[in-house]
Amino acid sequence: MPGKLKAKIVAGRHLPVMDRASDLTDAFVEVKFGNTTFKTDVYPKSLNPQWNSEWFKFEVDDEDLQDEPLQITVLDHDTYSANDAIGKVYIDIDPLLSSEAATVISGWFPIYDTIHGIRGEINVLVKVDLFNDLNRFRQSSCGVKFFCTTSIPRCYRAAMVHGFVEELVVNEDPEYQWIDRIRTPRASNEARQRLISLMSGELQRKIGLKVLEMGGNAVVGYLQCFDLEGESGLVVRAIGTACTLEKLSNSSAAAPPACNSPSKDIKESPLAHPPGHGCRSTHSSPVHTASGSRLSQNFSVSVPTLIFTGMGSGGSAGKEGGPLKTLLRQQTQSALEQREFPFFTLTSFPPGFLIHVGGVVSARSVKLLDRIHNPDEPETRDAWWEEIRQEIKSHARALGCHAVVGYSESTSICEEVCILSASGTAAVLHPKFMQEGCLDGYSDPSRLEEPSPPSCGFCHIPYDELNIPFPAHLTYCYHCRRQKVPDVLFTTIDMPAEAAVTGKGCLIQARLCRLKKKAQGEVNATAISNLLPFMEYELHTQLMNKLKLRGMNALFGLRIQISVGENMLVGLASATAVYLTALPTPGGIQIAGKTPSDITYEQHISNMQKKINDTIAKNKELYEVNPPEVIEEVIGSPIPEPRQRSRLFRSHSESSDEVSELDLSHGKKDAFVLEIDDTDAVEDIHSLLTDTPAPAGFYSCNTEIMPGIYNWTSGLQMFTSVRVFRLSNANLTNQGLNKIFNDLCENLLKSLYFKLRSMIPCCLCHLNFTVAVPEDELIQVAVTAVAMTFDKDQAQENWKLGADKTHMKAIVENEEQLQFPLELCTESPSTNPFSPCRGTGLQESANAHATPRAASVDYSSFADRWSSWIELIRLKAQTIRRGSIKTTSSLEKASPLPEGRSRSLRSTRSYAGSTVAVVKMTPLSFIPGTRIIKYLGIINMFFIRETTSLREEGGVSGFLHAFIAEVFAMVRAHVAALGGNAVVSYSMKECVFMENPNKNQAQCLINVSGDAVIFMRESELEATPAPPQTSCSGGEVTT
Amino acid sequence: MGKMSVELDVFVGNTTIMDEEVYQFWLDGYTVADAVRVRMEGGVLQECEASAEVLHSDTMDQFRTFQMCERLLHCPSKLANQLLFQIPPHRQAMLIERYYAFDDAFVREVLGKKLSKGTKKDLDDVSAKTGITLKSCRRQFDNFKRVFKVVEELKGSLVENIQQHFLLSDKLARDYAAIVFFANNRFETGKRKLQYLSFQDFAFCAVQLINNWTVGAVDNMVEDMDVDLDKEFLQDLKDLKVLITDKDMLDQHKSLVCTALRGKTKVFNEMEANFKNLSRGLVNIAAKLMNAKDVRDFFIDLVEKFIEPCRSDRWTAGDIKLFLTHYTNSVHILDTFKHQVVWDRYMGVVKSCILKMYHD
Repeated sequence: MPGKLKAKIVAGRHLPVMDRASDLTDAFVEVKFGNTTFKTDVYPKSLNPQWNSEWFKFEVDDEDLQDEPLQITVLDHDTYSANDAIGKVYIDIDPLLSSEAATVISGWFPIYDTIHGIRGEINVLVKVDLFNDLNRFRQSSCGVKFFCTTSIPRCYRAAMVHGFVEELVVNEDPEYQWIDRIRTPRASNEARQRLISLMSGELQRKIGLKVLEMGGNAVVGYLQCFDLEGESGLVVRAIGTACTLEKLSNSSAAAPPACNSPSKDIKESPLAHPPGHGCRSTHSSPVHTASGSRLSQNFSVSVPTLIFTGMGSGGSAGKEGGPLKTLLRQQTQSALEQREFPFFTLTSFPPGFLIHVGGVVSARSVKLLDRIHNPDEPETRDAWWEEIRQEIKSHARALGCHAVVGYSESTSICEEVCILSASGTAAVLHPKFMQEGCLDGYSDPSRLEEPSPPSCGFCHIPYDELNIPFPAHLTYCYHCRRQKVPDVLFTTIDMPAEAAVTGKGCLIQARLCRLKKKAQGEVNATAISNLLPFMEYELHTQLMNKLKLRGMNALFGLRIQISVGENMLVGLASATAVYLTALPTPGGIQIAGKTPSDITYEQHISNMQKKINDTIAKNKELYEVNPPEVIEEVIGSPIPEPRQRSRLFRSHSESSDEVSELDLSHGKKDAFVLEIDDTDAVEDIHSLLTDTPAPAGFYSCNTEIMPGIYNWTSGLQMFTSVRVFRLSNANLTNQGLNKIFNDLCENLLKSLYFKLRSMIPCCLCHLNFTVAVPEDELIQVAVTAVAMTFDKDQAQENWKLGADKTHMKAIVENEEQLQFPLELCTESPSTNPFSPCRGTGLQESANAHATPRAASVDYSSFADRWSSWIELIRLKAQTIRRGSIKTTSSLEKASPLPEGRSRSLRSTRSYAGSTVAVVKMTPLSFIPGTRIIKYLGIINMFFIRETTSLREEGGVSGFLHAFIAEVFAMVRAHVAALGGNAVVSYSMKECVFMENPNKNQAQCLINVSGDAVIFMRESELEATPAPPQTSCSGGEVTT
Repeated sequence: MGKMSVELDVFVGNTTIMDEEVYQFWLDGYTVADAVRVRMEGGVLQECEASAEVLHSDTMDQFRTFQMCERLLHCPSKLANQLLFQIPPHRQAMLIERYYAFDDAFVREVLGKKLSKGTKKDLDDVSAKTGITLKSCRRQFDNFKRVFKVVEELKGSLVENIQQHFLLSDKLARDYAAIVFFANNRFETGKRKLQYLSFQDFAFCAVQLINNWTVGAVDNMVEDMDVDLDKEFLQDLKDLKVLITDKDMLDQHKSLVCTALRGKTKVFNEMEANFKNLSRGLVNIAAKLMNAKDVRDFFIDLVEKFIEPCRSDRWTAGDIKLFLTHYTNSVHILDTFKHQVVWDRYMGVVKSCILKMYHD
């Protein structure tokens, strides 16, 4: 019995009226964990009940602690009939199981009902006493920390990066069980929510066990997904990167490693730099194509392998560094050989970890779903993923790489067909993070390989020039002139911080729809797998064209999604394009008419060519892409004349590596050639030119931050936008469909720019598009991103200086500075909420901290300051309790405030408790201008909402709008209850929307995740002594 | 093209995005299409290279947001405690203040009327007459009614109660106090003769009445009710009748006033000729106030019995002020008059009201 879970139900508020006669409610609460249930007394006739219950105690195994959520049900007591459920709260207690995360969960939680949405709030306190019992055979993995963040979390250091962990669990979907026919939608939804919560807990526990086996203590880049396979079941699967993390002892004194403002990050956290080259993309899975109809059950089609590269043929062999490279490779290899899959879900890396990048590797496979017979042995699903991963691994090998970074997996399901996809970036890693004991032994890669400048090293090709896996066009690096680089580099990772770029980057999307016939079973699966290679090829061509059109030469954060519907496939590739200074200047795009028959045709062509040239020129100006003129090789290395061609290689995976080649260049050497001999090509060119750039003052990217922007300010707005389009005309052509889909995405972007125009100058970061084909004629696009403001005028040098200054100030810890925040919080909160002085007061103080921003933003930054100040007090209180004399005395000295004022400080706190704490949300791993001082645990929530009164709730838009707002509210409430003030690395991983307007019904499932954190403004950190390292030993948290 | 239609379109920000201009359109009861049209005319499109569809989508989103917030706005203190929308406090204050703001044209139509279903049914007439959309009329009416219901039975200062429950600014809370007070006492404000008076004129008078004639005005310690007039005081007003029924007193009063005003006003002769009529008018109004029905006619009586006669004789505002000052003060010299306190309490209010109401 390794743990005791304690819960206390304090009060409720804003409850719904359950008794029409009295307009009141007789509420009581059931608290359930595992099979044990406690009840509070009935609090009669109130919409704001004060239960103030005793502590309900559950004595449980830690295994259960990990798997089970605490389930709180609020009910209305009814003497004569069955009690009515008002709603539920599920609380994941996992954050309480790690000694470094939260110590108590305490706060107001929205009471949620799957039919009615949020119905009031309940105040709950939860604690866990763990009795560690290390000797027993462990089924639990309590204490392993999970992070959604795909980099080493700020305020930690990676002592070891162990590598890939994966697990999946399956179950029957309650929605498809026989009992579902007789139970209410509410019961069914709740069964589903609870099951998924349980499965997630179990999955996390199992992954944790694997991490412990590997000797790690944390999972970074934890990515959990659901496959709603319908009749055949429910799969919850997760991947991540096992690490051994060490907490940095003093985040503020040891300035560099901590999570600083983004600007600092760029400088200080030398993230990884994988060099990537072209893009090697395959549909993996060896074909077990069943030719006959033999296996209708375990049917699987894998798609022929494609390799795309953007380069022409290679140059001469450079011998330099050869032996060293080999040495390094051997070491890395041995480090990686122990690992079945040398995959890493990280997208940015500790300094020196990432040495070279080879390019994008991807694999897809089409499977026919069938019922999972034995949930405890989900062999089939495991085998499917195993196949795909093997494929990825072999692609990486072909690129001369031993590892895959920025790795992710996804599925798209339509009826019984499932497309499994995996992608990542082939890379060469430094062994120092991967071998025991060699942490200090290896200094840095420069010893092994001749020093390559950090700003270009990752671009250098990892493969042997003499034995290139595909014809590539190589030149000497434009930065160091010593190593070879490809002409174009595609990757799935974030751009390494030290990479040198010219100008700014931009978001690039390739969009594509392909109609297919409706079909069933194997025929359908075969049809889909036949289409996939063409889609990948076209998406790739589009990406390449758009890249050239912007005068850029590299893609980061590439994510290609292909979704399957009954009668179409939709593909969407997003990436952030940049001009890497180390790579050659891209050539232009040349249009070639195939049959120059008459003059008008020629005219047409030359018009188009002119338009394209103009666009390229305009883009270069827009994105400030002004590479220095290349002076013809003085050093004398033979840089081949720049020319680009595109080649398509297609290997039929069955017949091994036989490669057929299509040379699309038609002999034009200087530019990327587009042929417009068919209508498709005309379409392509059109869509190229109709991509409208972001309005002035806006930038956008799908990576964490925009290459070329450094001086972020504090404005932050995370948002989710969802659109569903109905295609009303059945006679659509592929081109018509493409245009519609293209417009859809463009218009969505335009809407976002318009919505957020008050934040200009700003950048939409981490723009994450998800497409789905929920029904026959519907296309759904969902976007989650964050808009962040930046200071346009501040030069890069300035922020660097500023950062240094900040740093110095932080070190010169000055007690007197404490006064500022103290005054700040004694004054502001006492003001009447509606009187303008609150607002202005806040803004003034915010301005005092030099955050020149729009009003809306000022508020939030202040409020954050406010809530994090409370946190600081809390931390301080803990320190004091623990008897740290130094801090105590400094606090006393620092507050020359009379008794009365410190009392007002206290009242202030209770005031803050009565209003709602501000919780920031962002898909990024940091918040500009702040430092994360503590990670409180992972947030992983799954909700279902259903309605049978769709029209009354404002139609589908009203329904979904309310639901998304509710999900945000529940995430914020859980974070606040953990004591946090932000969620970082937030993502909405699933948004499954189904409607039946004829029946006035709709249902939606949403899965979100992120890391709950406490952050503090840097300005505050400057002003206060370093926060004590939070050990969370039984700290009492005031609410 | 018609090949594609937007089935669903939502945008949700972690911090709720609200455009004040769009909020006003929503409050004013515009349809989404009308709001889009007006916004386009306003030139917002150039701001961000947007198209009509973009504007439509944005407007829809915001209208939906406001609609979802409306429930909370009905009980503004909930807005600060709710978890659904993350709205900065100053934006919350803006939302509330604007939601409870009303049109002068509208309030003039319902001021003093019973806030009943019957009145609500007539709102379409009000809408037609004022040009304010029916939706907006309903919101304003419901606001009046909601505030009325909450503060009706509460003890303590009316303005403070309103402020506390509805988190309104000082100014707006005062206006609501006037509306509640008028509705409660059902003062007639709709007659043609009263049409020239603005809401602010009445609001000013309401403050005078609340501050001087209610129970709370004399005893703000306990049982403080600002909504109802002080019954005892109204009873006592009957005693003032002696000023017009006692002939000696009336004459003495007149001569005192005339002495004081001689040579100081151009309308002296008219004043002298009319004194008894005017005095009878004012005192009769006082004497009748104990009947609820006559309370309702308070303002129309002031106009008919005092303001109109003066106006037809071309008194200036200065003349009125001079006259009322001396008219009030001279009574103090009347030895036989025993009701000085009641008189002052009565005339103080009447004088300020008349002065406020005496304009074109």
